[in-house]
Amino acid sequence: MTLDVRARIQRYIRIAVGSDINDEDDIFELGLVDSLFALELVTFVESEFGVVAEKEDLDICNFCSIAALVAFVEARCQNDEDAGRTWTSD
Amino acid sequence: MDIRLTDSQRAYRETARQFTARELAPWAARIDREGVTPPSVLNVIRGCGFLGAALPQDKGGGGIDEVSYGILTEEVGRVCSSTRSLMTVHNMSAQAIARFGDHEQQERWLPDLCSGRKVVAFALSEPEVGSAADAIETKATSDGNAFRVSGTKKWITYGLIADLFVVFAKLEGAPIALVVDRDSEGLRIEPVTDIFGVRGSMLAQLHFDEVRVRKERQLGRVGMGIRFVANVALDHGRFSVAWGSTGIIQACLDACVAYSEQRRQAGRRLKDFQLIRRQLANMLVDHTASRALCYRSACLRQRRAPQATMETSLAKYHASMAAIRAATNAVHMHGANGCSGEYPVDRYLRDATVSGIVEGTHEIHQLALASYALRRPYLD
Repeated sequence: MTLDVRARIQRYIRIAVGSDINDEDDIFELGLVDSLFALELVTFVESEFGVVAEKEDLDICNFCSIAALVAFVEARCQNDEDAGRTWTSD
Repeated sequence: MDIRLTDSQRAYRETARQFTARELAPWAARIDREGVTPPSVLNVIRGCGFLGAALPQDKGGGGIDEVSYGILTEEVGRVCSSTRSLMTVHNMSAQAIARFGDHEQQERWLPDLCSGRKVVAFALSEPEVGSAADAIETKATSDGNAFRVSGTKKWITYGLIADLFVVFAKLEGAPIALVVDRDSEGLRIEPVTDIFGVRGSMLAQLHFDEVRVRKERQLGRVGMGIRFVANVALDHGRFSVAWGSTGIIQACLDACVAYSEQRRQAGRRLKDFQLIRRQLANMLVDHTASRALCYRSACLRQRRAPQATMETSLAKYHASMAAIRAATNAVHMHGANGCSGEYPVDRYLRDATVSGIVEGTHEIHQLALASYALRRPYLD
């Protein structure tokens, strides 16, 4: 699952920022994207991975890098599995 | 993309069209001329369900789909941009509460906002801060279980009558969003008058002098006030302004078709002059294109597609530009009559110009859309 999630997030982010970045690079701090991109990332992870970003999740720390996004998606998926909800990746 | 309206969406459009013709059209010129939305019109808007039409049904809102909300906004914008702007700021601010408010906050505020018993305004801009929202100077300091807020907010649409404000301030340099009552001690509200367009929007300047706001009134997390709370609200606002601008183009086309059929020059009706026909054709194209972009944005929002935010920016940018173009040509087609106030087209031009500035100027959208253009092939 991790590889799949990471690969899909890497593909989305790298196309968005137009450069080959490291997983830990903060795309907002580096000025690679504008502020609207944060909203786009929220809907991206929700639609791509079927997770729901709750109010408390809406912190830029969860969306600022590929590594952060992977950790967020995996954590949300784990929570869903623990709660008995089904996660589908395609 | 299938943009055929459903039966319910068509019915909604017809209801909105009849309502605006009956309740708003007789007032629109006066609202513009006097720079005030009369209490009677405000009461009609508050009571008709438009303010809460797109808000959650479980809180008393209408819960209508994105296309229906767009249609509603277009119909209101076609008749009166001032009252359309009331719908815009109320909905965008209430949507922020719906998205970022916790259960108690939602229960506390949303039922009254859905019903129209209360109006909420959006307080982000400041005298020295417009497009660069991160630079807001209004400050919040922690004081026990409350914040103390000091600073000035400007250009607050319907701030003169709003019951609540979603206010953005910085707490030790980190942006936060707070819901503030109109009657808070230390909050002084004064009118901003003699504005160029959307003249009935009852703009206010808000002066906060150590206003005490309980911490339970904070929306979202510390530091996320601009990036998430404000941006979510502004995204809703852009969607509304895009549709409202499309309504202005339709109004220009309606006015110009009628005028060109009635007005004669050199023994011929205006509509028989080729250059006039070119203007009518361009208005029709602008309206059709703007509406198509609005529908596209609505469909993407409805299915929560990642590109919805940028496609909404695209629709707002195009529609507001096209509205200025259509209104400019409408004034020219009317000649001196178009500058007289006897016809509505000068109002359309002034309202369209304001629509090109609020919720992001053309230039701000150009920058964002250029970045989007560079990566769009993946998304499509």
